Amino acid sequence: MFGKLTWAAIPFGEPIVMITAAVVGSFAFILVLTVTIKGWWSYLWQEWITSVDHKRIGVMYMILALVMLVRGFADALMMRTQLALAAGGAQGYLPPEHYDQVFSAHGTIMIFFVAMAAVVGLMNFAVPLQLGIRDVAFPVLNSVSFWLTAVGVLLVNASLFVGEFARTGWLAYPPLSEIQYSPGVGVDYYLWALQISGLGTLLSGINLTTTILKLRAPGMGYSRMPVFCWTALAANLLIVAAFPILTATFAMLLLDRYCGFHFFTNDLGGNPMMYINLIWIWGHPEVYILILPAFGVFSEVIATFAGKPLFGYRSMVIATMAICVLSFLVWLHHFFTMGAGADVNGFFGIMTMIIAVPTGVKVFNWIFTLYGGRIRFSVPVYWALGFMVTFVIGGMTGVLMAIPPADFVLHNSLFLVAHFHNTAIGGVLFGIMAGFTYWFPKAFGFRLNERIGKAVFWCWFIGFYLAFMPLYALGLKGATRRMQHYANLSWQPLMHLALGGALLILVGIALTVVQLVVSIRQKDKNRDVTGDPWNGRTLEWSVSSPPPAWNFAVLPRVQRTDAYWFQKQDRAEMKREFAQRSYEAFAVPKNTPVGFFVAFFTAALGFALIWRIWWLAIIGFLGAMAVCLLQAWRIDGEVQVPAEEIAVIEREFALKANLV
Amino acid sequence: MNATVESLEDAPGIPLSFQGPASARVVASFGFWLFLLSDIVMFAAMFAAYAVLSGETAGGLSGADLFDRRHVFIETLCLLFSSVTCGFGMLAIQREDAGSAFRWMLLTFLLGAVFVGLEVSEFFGMVSRGAGPSRSAFLSSFFMLVGTHGLHVTTGLLWLLVMFAQVRSLGFRPMVTRRLFCFGLFWHALDIVWVGVFTIVYLGAYR
Repeated sequence: MFGKLTWAAIPFGEPIVMITAAVVGSFAFILVLTVTIKGWWSYLWQEWITSVDHKRIGVMYMILALVMLVRGFADALMMRTQLALAAGGAQGYLPPEHYDQVFSAHGTIMIFFVAMAAVVGLMNFAVPLQLGIRDVAFPVLNSVSFWLTAVGVLLVNASLFVGEFARTGWLAYPPLSEIQYSPGVGVDYYLWALQISGLGTLLSGINLTTTILKLRAPGMGYSRMPVFCWTALAANLLIVAAFPILTATFAMLLLDRYCGFHFFTNDLGGNPMMYINLIWIWGHPEVYILILPAFGVFSEVIATFAGKPLFGYRSMVIATMAICVLSFLVWLHHFFTMGAGADVNGFFGIMTMIIAVPTGVKVFNWIFTLYGGRIRFSVPVYWALGFMVTFVIGGMTGVLMAIPPADFVLHNSLFLVAHFHNTAIGGVLFGIMAGFTYWFPKAFGFRLNERIGKAVFWCWFIGFYLAFMPLYALGLKGATRRMQHYANLSWQPLMHLALGGALLILVGIALTVVQLVVSIRQKDKNRDVTGDPWNGRTLEWSVSSPPPAWNFAVLPRVQRTDAYWFQKQDRAEMKREFAQRSYEAFAVPKNTPVGFFVAFFTAALGFALIWRIWWLAIIGFLGAMAVCLLQAWRIDGEVQVPAEEIAVIEREFALKANLV
Repeated sequence: MNATVESLEDAPGIPLSFQGPASARVVASFGFWLFLLSDIVMFAAMFAAYAVLSGETAGGLSGADLFDRRHVFIETLCLLFSSVTCGFGMLAIQREDAGSAFRWMLLTFLLGAVFVGLEVSEFFGMVSRGAGPSRSAFLSSFFMLVGTHGLHVTTGLLWLLVMFAQVRSLGFRPMVTRRLFCFGLFWHALDIVWVGVFTIVYLGAYR
């Protein structure tokens, strides 16, 4: 009846898991109770859960990412504590089978549900506003994408309390991940969570690519697009081209595990190295899917706060697209040790080094943009400057490891772990934090507290160096990744230092929560009534904060790059233009619960497949199909906004923004 | 979204990329093109796996032993002709000629169904000779590649049934014709994939 699911699947005997379950459970209970007592359910349902507004969906992605950051970071802290203790004969407090799950979950969560969710969230929020349009190409699909990502999150978190998670590392290499060596449901949780959320990501990639290529305000040719939109275009093209490979690869592993196929098994002709090739053909572009939008955020932030147009717009665009293409030609540098021979390794080593060239172009462009500018040292600039220092170090250690002989020494050592955290934290996470601080007032109508924001930055910045510079040293000394304990006592002081760094980052994350609470309390003090709190350059700053559901009452006519900056140089003309405006009614998409219901049935399907509860899987599949079919017959998906209503809202904003 | 009202689409002399938001029809078909490209990338990964594993028969039967060329030839004819009939169906849809469109699309459906039937019989034949997907890595990759294509055709058939119902209940409104147009793209894309399957899998077996 319930497949492999029995009471034994719930780890009653593990105090860490049970305490976590109790904490998470009571937190969820208090949340549900509060929402019920305050009567917020109908607001949540109507305004958020069923929303097809790209801004709200973007915000929900960010919330998802923040929650998962806490979960992923808890895993990180557990690992650091374990390694600070388990030296010499000591075994620490995490037994190997638990430790293996912790590092697998940490990597999976941080990449797929923190970095990915936050980057997709920022793109969702900012891209249509920057393009001067009313929504993404397919608003309902956008909601479906978000909720499918949420299903992935749900399944990964369910694995904590029901069953187990993979013990295979975040990419689940076979043959270890085959049914023979991983007979539990851990790898199945991993595979189905990522198949479902990966589908969401692919659909979101198609959606945003179509949006950027086909829906831009009149006059916004490609040469006038904000750089963030360019980087978003590159990232979404990579999603469309790379995620299907992930889907196919996971499908092969699933067939191996469920139906006895032999793609990656040791016997009957299977080839485990093929998995590693395929997964990295997705995996390396994935790195750029994350970092390119972060580059875009920094480009916007630096130009805005230096008060200058971005230096070398064209070279920035060319560098972005060059990285987009090159990212498909370097996958093999993740496993030089496969033994493909000197020629193949030489080719991929050189290609990897070549990627440093466009990246270097970008760094110089940012420096030259800052040069001679009147830089306002606000929080996003702190993140941008911290990024420029940190990311360059990470890039250099990357080029170092692109040399195959050096990689043979450093492969799978803590040096590698330090390198990719150097780029993932110093690049992607700093970019996410910069974008979060930069666009927060646009989303909610008030700025975040600056003092706490700077404290958050310093905690992360110093914490990062404390946590990861020791790992470079440890890697050179021979410490490998994914080790649960070690014999060499001389490593322990550096491990203690790394734990100290992680604790400082913990303070940073806690301060982010404090910052949110304090900022909400002080929102009247930091309110943004003009819609342009940073003296911005691009179109998102030309509308109110938060913008109306349709963003632009009248689509802007774009004359050049930094459209809004040049528009506002002539305030009298802006007022004249505003006075002459006449509004026409237009259609906006209605909210719909289709995304939520598709996700509901898909969650049932995923859970059923993991535990092999076939009747539930059939119900889940048919349910999701039925919801899609019902949606196909919906003909009243749009509603007209009357011109008078638009005029009232626009006039209200204009009064506050001093445009009349 | 009714964005066309505010676009400059009719303005002469302005480059396309400066003309503002494209029409709903263009946006929908462009998005679907991107989906098809992603689908073809997925097939590319499976073709790659097949190329790597096609020699790994683990002492079992190879492609040359298993494939029936006449059978595959009939399969191919069915699928290719279904694309022709689908093309005529699309022309009829553009004319909003419901009767003719229905006849052509019904023919498309039947040819597709025969294709799927033939494929299923091929699979059963192979399994009954002890050459199922778990026999060797070659057969794993064969069944996945060809089976995924077959699954796509089956999905296409179900989609076509839904479209019959949509045309019947909603008529040829823009939303419905957009979907029919996307179906046409999908059906032709499956042909392209099949040309790859036919060449690499079936003809490739007789090197």
